[in-house]
Amino acid sequence: MRIRPLPSLALLLLCGGCAGWQSALDPQGPSAQALGQLLHGFVLVLAAIWLAVLVVLAVALRRRSRATPQAADRHAGIAVGTACVATVLVITGLTLASYVTTRVISAGAEAPLVVRVRALQWWWEVTYPGEAGPDVVTANEIRIPAGRPVRIELSAADVIHSFWVPNLAGKQDLIPGRDNVLTLTARQPGQYRGQCAEFCGMQHAHMAFMVIAEPPEAFAAWRAAQQADSAAPAGAEEAFGRRVFEQKPCGACHTVRGTEAKGTNGPDLTHLASRATLAAGMLPMTRGALAAWIADPQTIKPGNNMPMVPLTPAELQAVSAWLATLR
Amino acid sequence: MSARIQDDQRDTDLADAPLDAALRRVWDTPRGVWGALATVDHKVIGRRYIATAFVFLAFGGVLALLMRWQLARPESRVLTPDLYNQIFTVHGTSMMFLFAVPVMEAMAVYLVPLMVGTRNIAFPRLNAFSYWMYLVGGILLWGAFLVDMGPDIGWFAYVPLAGPQYGAGKRVDIWAQMITFTEISALAVAVEIVVTVLKQRAPGMSLDRIPLFVWAMLVTSFIIIMAMPAVMVASTALILDRLVGTHFFNPAEGGDVLLWQHLFWFFGHPEVYIIFLPAVGMISSILPTFVRRPIFGYLPLVLAMVSVGILSFGLWVHHMFTTGLPRLGESFFTASSMAIALPSGIQIFCWLATIWYGRPVYRTPFLFILAFFFTFIMGGMTGVMVASVPLDTQLHDSYFVVAHFHYVLVGGAVFPLLGGIYYWFPKFTGRMMSERIGKWVAGLLFTAFNFTFFPMHVLGLLGMPRRVYTYQLDMGWGGLNLFVSLSAVVLAAGFLLFFYDAVRSARHGEPAGDNPWGAATLEWATASPPPSYNFARLPVVRSANPLWEDDGVLPVAGGLRVDRRELLVTTVGDALPEARESSPRPTIWPLWSALATTALLLGSILTPWAVVWGAVPVTIALIGWFWPGGRKEEES
Repeated sequence: MRIRPLPSLALLLLCGGCAGWQSALDPQGPSAQALGQLLHGFVLVLAAIWLAVLVVLAVALRRRSRATPQAADRHAGIAVGTACVATVLVITGLTLASYVTTRVISAGAEAPLVVRVRALQWWWEVTYPGEAGPDVVTANEIRIPAGRPVRIELSAADVIHSFWVPNLAGKQDLIPGRDNVLTLTARQPGQYRGQCAEFCGMQHAHMAFMVIAEPPEAFAAWRAAQQADSAAPAGAEEAFGRRVFEQKPCGACHTVRGTEAKGTNGPDLTHLASRATLAAGMLPMTRGALAAWIADPQTIKPGNNMPMVPLTPAELQAVSAWLATLR
Repeated sequence: MSARIQDDQRDTDLADAPLDAALRRVWDTPRGVWGALATVDHKVIGRRYIATAFVFLAFGGVLALLMRWQLARPESRVLTPDLYNQIFTVHGTSMMFLFAVPVMEAMAVYLVPLMVGTRNIAFPRLNAFSYWMYLVGGILLWGAFLVDMGPDIGWFAYVPLAGPQYGAGKRVDIWAQMITFTEISALAVAVEIVVTVLKQRAPGMSLDRIPLFVWAMLVTSFIIIMAMPAVMVASTALILDRLVGTHFFNPAEGGDVLLWQHLFWFFGHPEVYIIFLPAVGMISSILPTFVRRPIFGYLPLVLAMVSVGILSFGLWVHHMFTTGLPRLGESFFTASSMAIALPSGIQIFCWLATIWYGRPVYRTPFLFILAFFFTFIMGGMTGVMVASVPLDTQLHDSYFVVAHFHYVLVGGAVFPLLGGIYYWFPKFTGRMMSERIGKWVAGLLFTAFNFTFFPMHVLGLLGMPRRVYTYQLDMGWGGLNLFVSLSAVVLAAGFLLFFYDAVRSARHGEPAGDNPWGAATLEWATASPPPSYNFARLPVVRSANPLWEDDGVLPVAGGLRVDRRELLVTTVGDALPEARESSPRPTIWPLWSALATTALLLGSILTPWAVVWGAVPVTIALIGWFWPGGRKEEES
């Protein structure tokens, strides 16, 4: 099915061309599509009512009534009564439209891909339970096959967060002690940005993630690659970088499969360089950004849980060089 | 004449001038510092309350400007994330708990006794106590903020972020105790209003002749009495979790984090109507004056307010539509949230009908009512949108919601309030505010408000979440945010002009006279500002618009003693005189009681033992409060 751009409204004119990669106005999946249509229906009906009331007000201000008090009260009574009936009808209609949309959105999906997302201050842990082979664990990036429904099982490790990819679906909270589920589908390959929508502390603003939808074959290949251990260092600098990583406190928090690093407090870095962004959507995944992040995470993202680990310039160079090869 | 007879002198025995002198002797607040601290005059306390609330509005506005400065550009570093989070928390907390609710109650403290034609509010000492508690609560929050200990967990303080594990330090405790202060003061005022309205109305003011603002405050007060305990339970449980390690909200120990949200919003949603209902009451009371005819639909308006009050308790879950509650429950709350559009609609329709058959006079208070129509109805419409479960999953916690509730609260409550200030300022001070400046204020605020907040709807739909201290350049939100920030400066200029006008007019405004607008309700039947005893002879009411009937000459009731503070108690339904009741004299004990309670509550932030030791001074203060002093008022 071709995706039609939704009818443009005055609302959209204000932001010409900026319906972007994190926008409820540019639906790219059936769930967001249904919500977008409901949104436009609501906006049209409600804007019409709003205008109608203001028109009545304008007329009321301009006219001069010559009605006797008794006649005025009778006429006003009829008008107010009619307006109340109309209100009830409109409300009922909008409520029913909401129920229908809810049913459409929550209709069970067949053979969904299951992805577990666990939210932490201030990043996202993404796990693909093993279909064939070990679990795949990554962070701040959710790869999905385009066209296939994805069942996202949501949990929170510390405080309440909220999972929101507006181009694909509405949001759902991640709550300690509860398990929530969200089903979404991306119709076409593409990158859709998501962000935590529930205030979760100091770096709530920098808790983003990418949903990357790929053709099914590309997704299968990515998944197979992610199941492998990290690549062996390609050269001397990379090998030195890996030794530094293992000897310094890095491994206490991070796991890099195939090395000594087995920490679980921070993101799994086994295939770090295959991701599009660093630090939950803050920085592009480049060697330079990696070095900057490791050198001073607290300046880039104040308050985050990664400490500054003192490294010599050579060690910093080597570690970032090695991490940049973990594809 | 013997002293004995003088003791029992009644107002009917005296001519106007000696009656005034006699009443001043017993009702006037003593001069000097002691008098200022001991006063129990509802007008003095009401004025203080209003002024204090507007000071907190100004403070909260400064914080809003700081946030807009930070958000004007992407990845701006004007504020640190820690400071930003304190600022948005203190902004929200201050606006809700220190401005919006108190200012509405303050207007009622001043106006309700005048509008029902009595000499003082019920429980005047409790009234004094409530102001001191409110003031201390406000100083606590702002003092903490100024020393970098402001709460940083949002005005909603969701656990576990506000719990012992993630909300380190004393910041959350300060927030939770500030709640206790403001809730105590709000509850006290609510009780006073209920009793004043039900038992102290002027003879003849039967239920169907009560001014609509008074009806609104009666409903609001009942909402407060039923809703505020929920948040006191919640904040107390939070303090216990933090202070003595209970586990109300800890899922690892059998607690539940959603319990907090249920309790908070069971209070938090009625809270919106606690702010909004007084405002619609003001509109219903102001509007007839400026369209020169009685309000259309008195009974439907009263019933609409009562049903809003009842429905407001059935909506709280619409703040939790994304938490994963069962579908059936969510659907129920969608329906109830939609249903409240009906009573809200009825009020709008009745006002429109009133204007339709009236002759509008475009004075400043009326301009604010027009601004209300434009703005509030839009807020109501977006309210219907967020009431829909599926739509809310896109809108919730985005800037769309920020736009929505500012439209409802500023458009729906602050605009009518400012209209009310322009309207009642002559009664408060005896002087008019400037009509010329007033029109500028109304125009500036209306325009700048819409420029500031309308784009936020779009930002929300473009995916901008609330409560973010910054956003990245490539999100494409920069242009709109800059526009919003610039508009916010103009909005602030509008408020500045309003404050300038209020301060200037209080000293140099045109003298107002008793009834400058030609209004119909009883507060205009006495001098401006009213004497300490409000009415020399208690008015008798024979219609809903007493000053518009019988050429504005009111019949009066007599027989009250003039040698002690005395007012008339009437029946609940028909306001038939029942008894003479004495009203207390000034006393310093409410202030001591408030300070003792403050010591207890502040101490409890540091140690649970403060609750034990702190109870001693509270007890002493309360004993002092109720100790018989042999005054004439205590004889009856």
